[in-house]
Amino acid sequence: MSILVFLEQRDGQVRSVSREALGEATRLAASLGGPVTGVCCAASDPGLAALGDAGAEKILLAKHDTFATYDGAGYAAAVAAAVKASGAKAVLFPASSLGKDLAARVAAKLGVGLASDCTALSADGGRLVATRPVFASKAVQKVAFPASPALASLRPKAFAAVEGAGKPGAVEPLAFEWDASAPRAKVTGMAGAKGGKVDLTEAEIIVSGGRGVKGPEHFTLVEQLADALGGAVGASRAVVDAGWRPHGEQVGQTGKTVSPKLYVAIGISGAIQHLAGMTSSRCIVAINKDPDAPIFKVADYGVVGDLFEVVPALTEEVRKLHG
Amino acid sequence: MLQVVCVKQVPDTETRVKIAGDGRTLDPAGVTWIINPYDEFAIEAALQLKEKLGAGEVVVLSLGGAGVQTTIRSALAMGADRAIHLKTDTVAPDPLSVARALAAAIRDLDPGLVWLGKQAVDDDAAQVGPMLAEMLGRPCATMAVSFELDGQTAKVAREVEGGQELVELPLPAVITADKGLNQPRFASLKGIMAAKKKPIEERPADLGTPALEVVSLELPASRAAGRIVGEGVAAVPELVRVLREEAKVI
Repeated sequence: MSILVFLEQRDGQVRSVSREALGEATRLAASLGGPVTGVCCAASDPGLAALGDAGAEKILLAKHDTFATYDGAGYAAAVAAAVKASGAKAVLFPASSLGKDLAARVAAKLGVGLASDCTALSADGGRLVATRPVFASKAVQKVAFPASPALASLRPKAFAAVEGAGKPGAVEPLAFEWDASAPRAKVTGMAGAKGGKVDLTEAEIIVSGGRGVKGPEHFTLVEQLADALGGAVGASRAVVDAGWRPHGEQVGQTGKTVSPKLYVAIGISGAIQHLAGMTSSRCIVAINKDPDAPIFKVADYGVVGDLFEVVPALTEEVRKLHG
Repeated sequence: MLQVVCVKQVPDTETRVKIAGDGRTLDPAGVTWIINPYDEFAIEAALQLKEKLGAGEVVVLSLGGAGVQTTIRSALAMGADRAIHLKTDTVAPDPLSVARALAAAIRDLDPGLVWLGKQAVDDDAAQVGPMLAEMLGRPCATMAVSFELDGQTAKVAREVEGGQELVELPLPAVITADKGLNQPRFASLKGIMAAKKKPIEERPADLGTPALEVVSLELPASRAAGRIVGEGVAAVPELVRVLREEAKVI
């Protein structure tokens, strides 16, 4: 079964979520058969040949002057052309902000179903079955695809990338038709860029603070631990609604759903909406003064105590460790 | 300018999910239904724009069974002018089918702006907005956290990885709302009373052939019970040790 993978680039760099999607395509190809083809939309080649190592046998490059940044209609036209050119029966996208938007457009264009934000894919008797959390991870849905190709977007950090196993892939130009003069959304810039800091949904380690932190000025405690661990800062809904932290940091049902390898919850009691957004984390640590807080029910390791004493001590210990 | 806001009825975020007897859908027993929280940002944005322009109409569009009319009424109570209810008995139709039915209704209305929430908090698909844009052939900005209309150009900031992407798109356009776009108003008593008299036009929803087959819906595997490492600062060395040696995460 021919599998196509959308390879997302930003600022001329292939993003790591693309490698994760390629990794899963390679694993699926082992049971469903290959080949695995990549498709990338860009203004110039972001070093695609190197992705052969990550699992792509061939990569189709859709080049257009406007493709340095996301262009929904244009990207969708290119990916649809790549589906046709590769004869793909399954198309995988990273479930990034760009990938989710694009995958839905391609599904509409091809008139086929899309499983969003999947955490597992399996080959069930030759057909693809996608596993995806719903109700903010309070339930898990399995879906199959009545029509071909099957489209799925893959949750960042839920799939392992393949590194350095193969040979450089062949990069070929992709011919596609698209009317760039039609009315379209144009990206004019970026604001509030957090200088190279990793996004919550793609972070390996997240340190989140809740109401127990007692005020925006005390979030430096959370930030310092996150820095020491090399992680990102998250927040509960209560502190976002109180205006202590920006919306982009909210973890939970009306915020981001995250699956880092380590999630540290500081002064977070563990409302059901918050738990929904982080219980798929590999390891959860809770620091809270209330031994009956619901967060301790999902935590692998808990420390009962005053966060204003425990967190600085933990930060110090971690710093010593990393020397 | 006519603006359409697509709203979806979803279970309250406090809901403890139970699986129905078919093993594929949510057991609706005891569920409190609310308007999708992200849709409230969409409604608020449309109302604010109408107020700023001093003219126009805000039309609520919702798809579902008879029960969704309570959600439609709450959107009307916030200040929308009228509503179209696309009726169906299909439980949890897939996003492509929904987008098809919505697109057909939207084509008739020819709105300057179509608003949606960035995703519904039940199936978390985040598909219908960009699908509508593709079907209608209109520019689209998903996950808007700020919006400004400059003549016939919408200026939107989108919440993306690592920052906010700034986008300009000519009207007519499709925009999906993220938290942070605005502070949705509460319906006033006057608004609630007025909503009772506002028209809801009913039409059958044309969903077409299902694009996804739900094989199963299950509760997630529960996490194995963890343990309290200790109390206060004294627990810190042990915490660091287990994170290194047992969990191997730092």
